[in-house]
Amino acid sequence: MSTTTEQATPPNGADHKPRGIGRWLFSTNHKDIGTMYLIFAVVFGLVGALFSVLVRMEMAAPGIQVMNWLFFLGEPNQVFNVLITGHGLIMVFFMVMPALIGGFGNWFVPLMIGAPDMAFPRMNNISFWLLIPSALLLVGSIFVDGGPGVGWTVYAPLSTVGAPGAAVDMAILSLHLAGASSILGAINFITTIFNMRAPGMTLHKMPLYVWSVLVTAFLILLAMPVLAGAITMLLTDRNFGTAFFDAAGGGDPVLYQHLFWFFGHPEVYILILPGFGIISQVVSTFSRKPIFGYLGMAYAMVAIGFVGFIVWAHHMYASGLDVDTRAYFVAGTLVIAVPTGIKIFSWIATMWGGSIRFATPMIFAMGMIFLFTLGGVTGVVIANAGIDIAVHDTYYIVGHFHYTMSMGALFGIFTGFYYWIPKMTGRPYSELLGKIHFWLLFVGVNLTFFPMHFLGLAGMPRRIPDYPDAFAGWNMVSTLGSYISVLGTAVFLVLIYKMFRSKETVAANPWGEGATTLEWTVPSPAPFHTHQTPPRS
Amino acid sequence: MRFPGKFVTVLALAVGPPAWFAGGAPALAQAPRPWQLGFQDAATPVMERIDEFHDLMLVIITVIVVFVTGLLVYVVVRFNEKANPVPSKTTHHTVLEVAWTVVPIMILVLIAIPSFRLLYYMDKAKTPGMTLKVVGNQWYWSYVYPDHGKIAFDSLIIPDDQLKPGQLRLLEVDNRVVVPVDTDIRVLLTANAVIHAWAVPAFGVKIDTVPGRMNETWMRVTKPGVYYGQCSELCGVNHGFMPIAVEAVSKAEFAKWVAWAKVKFAAQQAPDRPSPELALAAGAPPGAVPGR
Repeated sequence: MSTTTEQATPPNGADHKPRGIGRWLFSTNHKDIGTMYLIFAVVFGLVGALFSVLVRMEMAAPGIQVMNWLFFLGEPNQVFNVLITGHGLIMVFFMVMPALIGGFGNWFVPLMIGAPDMAFPRMNNISFWLLIPSALLLVGSIFVDGGPGVGWTVYAPLSTVGAPGAAVDMAILSLHLAGASSILGAINFITTIFNMRAPGMTLHKMPLYVWSVLVTAFLILLAMPVLAGAITMLLTDRNFGTAFFDAAGGGDPVLYQHLFWFFGHPEVYILILPGFGIISQVVSTFSRKPIFGYLGMAYAMVAIGFVGFIVWAHHMYASGLDVDTRAYFVAGTLVIAVPTGIKIFSWIATMWGGSIRFATPMIFAMGMIFLFTLGGVTGVVIANAGIDIAVHDTYYIVGHFHYTMSMGALFGIFTGFYYWIPKMTGRPYSELLGKIHFWLLFVGVNLTFFPMHFLGLAGMPRRIPDYPDAFAGWNMVSTLGSYISVLGTAVFLVLIYKMFRSKETVAANPWGEGATTLEWTVPSPAPFHTHQTPPRS
Repeated sequence: MRFPGKFVTVLALAVGPPAWFAGGAPALAQAPRPWQLGFQDAATPVMERIDEFHDLMLVIITVIVVFVTGLLVYVVVRFNEKANPVPSKTTHHTVLEVAWTVVPIMILVLIAIPSFRLLYYMDKAKTPGMTLKVVGNQWYWSYVYPDHGKIAFDSLIIPDDQLKPGQLRLLEVDNRVVVPVDTDIRVLLTANAVIHAWAVPAFGVKIDTVPGRMNETWMRVTKPGVYYGQCSELCGVNHGFMPIAVEAVSKAEFAKWVAWAKVKFAAQQAPDRPSPELALAAGAPPGAVPGR
């Protein structure tokens, strides 16, 4: 660990912050842009959570209840489809990605590699501000022509001939903007990480969080354009008479699925890999031990990223693919368990022999490791096309991917939040409230998502607003779980409020000797400009 | 479709709809049960094998989760800052790292072998005894029996307000699809307009019905009874309201049903039926269908 004397004499005599709204609108500062991303993610996280709670309220008992209250949005079953679509798209594009990549990535990649800012600060600005019209288009689409009720996968032909009206066009344009935003962000991260590391920080000495963002940025760069192509084809199928996905015109609906999942599967690793990076930093910090098997950890992420691109059709086992194709995708998908296992075991080995302090970030990290393991093993189950046929498009799948996403990615985000918020705000958070937040959320998500496995095995399909009465019991339990998660989220908001009311300050490194990365060498809160003379690492 | 002679018609209608087809409570119904934890009981050899393989997987993943949880608990107890004030600085252990790479690979190979065996077994019937065609529509199913005088009919949900006592809400349909037991049935599937998925949990059958494509799967029902499923691919506003009800009967009863259905659904069919899509699905050459 090294220290630098920060900001003794800023070059150009300026540590000046632009004042007023211009500081944010025209910001080229990685920390301000990161802050805006985080606020954006919190706001849309709450919107996405509201959608999911409305869905859970509807599912609490058989029959149509809550959707009738939302009559002003349209026909109940359509409103339900719009809510699940909105929940998925918002959580993926407007919550997890902005939080993990735009938010923590912008804040801490430059800080951790000893760079003064991102490589392309103005492009960084447009990356963020593209998200605003993107989000407005998606939210707006809900109120237009009955809303986009086609699922976050936007499968053709439901999204073409099956959904007339402007709502789906608006949703597609929203995805275009969000995709452009993240591609620009990815270019920025790759360039920054490759070119702006402090002297002495080789790729093999980079913190694992930076590794995770680097791998993620490559996934975004390669996957997003494919999504853009696919949804552009949707747009022209819808509006300009093409027939890419229309069998009657020589097109093929399954082609859309291939294109979508060629993006969609890497996308789920885009959502989880930065979380992996955060967990690695936190586990090492609070165990007061260097990460175990550093190179294995870094290249496990590279391997996950690579293999993530060649397993997409495991989302399509029921589409009618040739049996040999399915066999290949079974084999490929099973392989992913190996690098993922390396990560889980290396985290445990990092803790092994450590002197662990159970501060809130560490508890969230351990919770994430446990929950991601659960989501991972059900992933191994459904990797097998034979079993998948029985649970495909059932609640088993919903349970599985929420264990990896709603618990893997979300717990990763909260781990990062509690780990870095003292650095970002210069204020301590309440450990007590943080721990209450953890336990409420931990109980809540398990109660919500574990029974979904039972429902799925029993045959309950996804994306239905009403269900046969036999499914009522576990659905009620699941809904109760979501209420507990809401309670946990309320505690989280109180914690944020109290933190900003607090007059206390925190040291540059509140976590002690385990925190060895460069962000802990600058004061808390991190000054507007940092690392203006490169630190030696 | 050739209509049966008048004599056959009278005979068939006199016999009347078999009791088991009139929507009465079946001897064995395979539908989800309250608080159910696992699969529905298997009614085909495919589902039996899925069930068996899933049991194996459940053991494997339970052992893994217990193992990882055990390690986490041990670490919490043994290596918290009170119990272990001075952290070690170990960052490498080659044997361990090789082990946690190689052992998972071996487990995966162990999984892959039965997985591939199951996958190839499920794919297609080697020598199907009959063919059933399934067409997904917004929002109902159409069934065609190409080997049995091209019987064709639609199968729609029974709305909540028309349910008879004992009928399952959201699962019962007006016309169940009737199949013989102990017969390898080749199922060919397609759809109009949007994608649906035809799924019967007790059969281990779930496959998308895709407009412009013909998908294939198979089933051999081993026990007579009624088996329920639901559309399993988001297909629009009434996605949750196009159930599947399959009635498996003995071969003799099936023959009776065929005779009855030929008349019943022939009488039901208005001149404008079958629709061009349905006729195409039923195997008519495109040129033979008016409007194509």
